[in-house]
Amino acid sequence: MTLLPEIGHFSLWLALGVALVLSTLPMLGAAYGRTDWMALARPAAASLFALVLLAFGCLVASFLRDDFSVLYIASNSNSALPFQYKIAGVWGGHEGSLLLWVQMLCVWMVAVALFSRHLPQALLARILAVMGMISVGFLLFMLLTSNPFDRLFPTPPDGNDLNPLLQDPGMVSHPPMLYMGYVGFSVAFAFAIAALIGGTLDATWARWTRPWTTVAWMFLTIGIALGSAWAYYELGWGGWWFWDPVENASLMPWLVGTALIHSLAVTEKRGSFKSWTVLLAILAFSFSLLGTFLVRSGVLSSVHAFATDPRRGLFILVFLTVVIGASFALYAWRAPTVGLGARFALISRETTLLANNVLFLVAAGAVMLGTLYPLLLDALGLGKISVGPPYFDSVFMPLMAPTLFLMGVGPLARWKQAQVPDLARRLQWAAGCTVIAALLTGWLAGEIHVVATCGLLMAFWVFGSVGTDFWERVRPQGKGLAEVWRRFRQIPVALLGMMLAHVGVGVFCIGVVMVKTYEVERDVKMRVGESTTVRGYTFTFQGTRDLEGPNYSATRGTVAVARDTHAVTVLYPEKRIYRVQQNPMTNASINAGLTRDLYVSMGEPVDNDAWIIRVYVKPFVDWIWGGCLIMALGGLLAVLDRRYRRNKEVKA
Amino acid sequence: MKKHLRFLIPLALLLVLVLFLGAGLQLDPREVPSPLIGKAAPGFALTRLDQPGTTVRRDDLLGKVWMLNVWASWCVACREEHPLLVAFSRDKLLPIYGLNYKDQRADGMQWLSRFGNPYDVSLFDSDGRVGIDFGVYGVPETFIIDKQGVVRFKQIGPVTPEVIRDKIEPLVRQLNG
Repeated sequence: MTLLPEIGHFSLWLALGVALVLSTLPMLGAAYGRTDWMALARPAAASLFALVLLAFGCLVASFLRDDFSVLYIASNSNSALPFQYKIAGVWGGHEGSLLLWVQMLCVWMVAVALFSRHLPQALLARILAVMGMISVGFLLFMLLTSNPFDRLFPTPPDGNDLNPLLQDPGMVSHPPMLYMGYVGFSVAFAFAIAALIGGTLDATWARWTRPWTTVAWMFLTIGIALGSAWAYYELGWGGWWFWDPVENASLMPWLVGTALIHSLAVTEKRGSFKSWTVLLAILAFSFSLLGTFLVRSGVLSSVHAFATDPRRGLFILVFLTVVIGASFALYAWRAPTVGLGARFALISRETTLLANNVLFLVAAGAVMLGTLYPLLLDALGLGKISVGPPYFDSVFMPLMAPTLFLMGVGPLARWKQAQVPDLARRLQWAAGCTVIAALLTGWLAGEIHVVATCGLLMAFWVFGSVGTDFWERVRPQGKGLAEVWRRFRQIPVALLGMMLAHVGVGVFCIGVVMVKTYEVERDVKMRVGESTTVRGYTFTFQGTRDLEGPNYSATRGTVAVARDTHAVTVLYPEKRIYRVQQNPMTNASINAGLTRDLYVSMGEPVDNDAWIIRVYVKPFVDWIWGGCLIMALGGLLAVLDRRYRRNKEVKA
Repeated sequence: MKKHLRFLIPLALLLVLVLFLGAGLQLDPREVPSPLIGKAAPGFALTRLDQPGTTVRRDDLLGKVWMLNVWASWCVACREEHPLLVAFSRDKLLPIYGLNYKDQRADGMQWLSRFGNPYDVSLFDSDGRVGIDFGVYGVPETFIIDKQGVVRFKQIGPVTPEVIRDKIEPLVRQLNG
């Protein structure tokens, strides 16, 4: 028995005190021109970070020491749990994941304090104060309703173990990435609020906000992709997205964040869309908060909803109302004064970006409607229903098709005013290649399918138009290949980032279409020695054996895969029983490849030594996550652009 | 002034949303009183999921206590419930009839072969008409119907081990006398 949990608990209270100072004094200082009060912002942010880090460290250390006198650890860990999952256990439950949330918020806060020294003092003070207010809310929430350091008497001999579903490498990194993204939108939010208060909503505001938003968006993209990949190989039925409320909760901020990134570009380059951009900045973070509410409050039943407690739901709802309500009120008060910015014609890059923004927002709205609809009907006394993938599929796809089309046109259209005939002429090759490539792909895959062809058209259209854009920029005018290289070097890195991210969307789209249309799923009853052939691959069941893991017992099957008599691989799917919670878990075995995944998992044992074996061939499924990764890399390139650094050097 | 009003739209929308969320907090997503309890189960004549040629009627089941479990292959919560139902069916306490709700026959069959089949018979309700007669709000739902064809119990959402142990098992024993 040590005092570590008490130290952690105490430092959270201290952190609350610091957060209260951070959220009030610098804000008042900025209002009354008191330099000494504003100067408190950066040291306060740093000490808040240090205190929360101390608390976090105490929780991690207590997990590693198997301190089961702490209720949270007793319910989420076990002495036999492997090291890396003890770490993952820190954010495996409600209380710990809240602490992670606050920790991430502090990371962003310190990053802002460190990298934004060139900002005007009043603006920086306001930004940090707004982030301080958010941290007050979450610290209070944790301390009043969900303290991770609560003690448990008498101390149990061992813990209840981490949910076996979460005992997976993907789960170690998925929540931190996701939260970095979620919470990262608080920076754009704080910038927006500070600018609204200070009345400094202009192109420089957009330039400061852009890299922060892009980084947050990057983390969110990776976080969502990790979660989806985890569902694919860990849940054992080979799906990669279920339109579950918790998944939707992360998709909505992503959609709005994507709209925000594009809107910021217009505001920075052309000074337009200012009030729209600031609204999106508020909305992106509001959706993060709404997602937190949906996951934490238990208003919706979901596959991975956390333990529910009405007090928690009420607290978050009040907090959500105060934060978003105050921001919207501020918006309604200040936004009418910011002005319109540069005018633009009906056909222009501004218009395509605006249209895409609206589409993204409508998509986010549709997801929100589908997620909340059961709750709304219930609250109106109209009964209870569940909205399934049929709704989301039929609403989401038609919204994404025009979005992808505009994505191809937008970057080639000129600012302010573009000509349709000019665009059509420049894009004719892209359009032609798109049609041929889509039909050819369908033909190669064995069947030309209407819906699939539409999806493929979209994907290839993205490739074709990005290719056109790229070629127009590097096309040599007479001097041969050296000229191409010279011109390539002249393309701003941020622009390359955009192209890469758009290619990522196309790659993602190909993955989705190919899997949806051409996958083969087969469940077969197999005895030892029997085999089945799916898409030219012969799967032979070679029997099972029992083995013992660190905290589970498993039955491992052996399935040899061959193609045209030469062996491809041997797969080892497992059926695991985790000893403490006695939950059966299906661990699929996957042979990943560029053009297809071979996915084998074990169903139920039937009579004697026969098993139901699920054999899937999933074409191009890894492109789904590969596409997300490419999008994130595009974001990274965009942030590395020289102009953000140059800007800092000049102002510092 | 009129022009400024549109900047208030987000705030107004938020207030509406908050009202709903607040109301939602007061509700338990799993608890709905059923007007059917104590009344005769609605009549139906549906084909079997696995045999499109065979029809099952409510009156075929008179004289035994049986369970009706509403499920669908697109229903995520059903997957959560499913292993428990499979385990429960091994006890052979009572016949379990599935109502495959608003689903495709092939999808339903595939789902059963993939996750195991706890049902003695699954009835195929593709347009959801029978589900509506039973007042199905969300999938999954579970009903216990007695020998006279009267609904005695209803569970909204997945059944849990506690519900089986504390409610369903005692009720079935009592009904079977």
